[in-house]
Amino acid sequence: MLQKLYDWIDDRVDITPIWRDIADHEVPEHVNPAHHFSAFVYCFGGLTFFVVVIQILSGMFLTMYYVPDIENAWKSVYYLQTEVAHGQIVRGMHHWGASVVIVMLLLHTLRVFFQGAYKKPRELNWIVGVLIFFVMLGLGFTGYLLPWDNKAYFATQVGLEIAEQVPFVGEQLKILLAGDASIVGAQTLTRFFAIHVFFLPGALFALLAIHFILIRRQGISGPL
Amino acid sequence: MSDKKQQVSRRQFLNYTLTGVGGFMAAGLLVSPLRMAIDPVLKESSSGDLVNVGLSVDDITSEPQRVDWTVEQVDGWYESEPSRSAWVFKNDNGDIVALSPICTHLGCVVSWEGSEDYPNQFFCPCHDGRYEKDGTNVPGTPPLAPLPYYEHEVRDGILFLGNPISREGA
Repeated sequence: MLQKLYDWIDDRVDITPIWRDIADHEVPEHVNPAHHFSAFVYCFGGLTFFVVVIQILSGMFLTMYYVPDIENAWKSVYYLQTEVAHGQIVRGMHHWGASVVIVMLLLHTLRVFFQGAYKKPRELNWIVGVLIFFVMLGLGFTGYLLPWDNKAYFATQVGLEIAEQVPFVGEQLKILLAGDASIVGAQTLTRFFAIHVFFLPGALFALLAIHFILIRRQGISGPL
Repeated sequence: MSDKKQQVSRRQFLNYTLTGVGGFMAAGLLVSPLRMAIDPVLKESSSGDLVNVGLSVDDITSEPQRVDWTVEQVDGWYESEPSRSAWVFKNDNGDIVALSPICTHLGCVVSWEGSEDYPNQFFCPCHDGRYEKDGTNVPGTPPLAPLPYYEHEVRDGILFLGNPISREGA
């Protein structure tokens, strides 16, 4: 049945080559942990992506309950955490996953750095990777405010004061992030929500696409 | 027809015009969203009016006293009345001084003579930060800047306070 369905589509749009380009490619021996166990270090990039997928999925489900409004944000998170079946688990995935992403990303970066895999011709992909790192930090920073509890509020206060230290444009940058010159409040929360849920994920998808296309173009760097 | 003249081919002409028109359309589409996003930066900050804190000038002594009052705060569509506090006293010249109680170290609340060990000083219980009576931070304690002071005004013998103004660290 499934085969028939596949054939029916393949007949018309010839999807096999697309499929082959995306998923069907050789894994060199030196990156295959089945051959050399130490090759597990090559898994960190993939693991980072895996956790990112978890973040996206759990985040999508969290927005079914979350409200980015200072009156209701904390209450909605509390409700989700205490009243909704499995809500605690989904929020737990998003909460802990956020830290795991950063850890995996750092391990991946260390592997690329110490193997010198960033060298010519892969400099561009290193740069894209660093941009992904910044986007991830931004996602962590903006997501931290959303529960709108004391820790979130004061962490954001500190973060905004750090942004204010940027030479020349610091003041404007802070207002742009906070939505108000002196208050961390209603407009800050909606802004951070928009940045966390739409702007940064958009940037992340674009950068990840470039990251992966470049890997397929250039191949994985050779053995040490 | 001179050969030296750089002729624009039909294809080039169409490329340029279509890119140009497309660019204008994209730019036109982006103007409003971008202007909307940066609106808070361009809005003039309404430097809040001075507020009656309910303290008669006659009651201000050389001993700092804590004054609490509320201000009307408008945060976009959200209006609230957060509370403010100040330590108010007359300094040696007889001028009124209103100091913000927010510690410049990490934002805790300081008290006048908050510790018995340090008379005549403001004391922060969080990390033992100290300030002289005029608000200058005591060297060797955590804060690196003096306490901010409130802009003040006396109307009909009543104290009005405005926004706290930060001071540079010595």
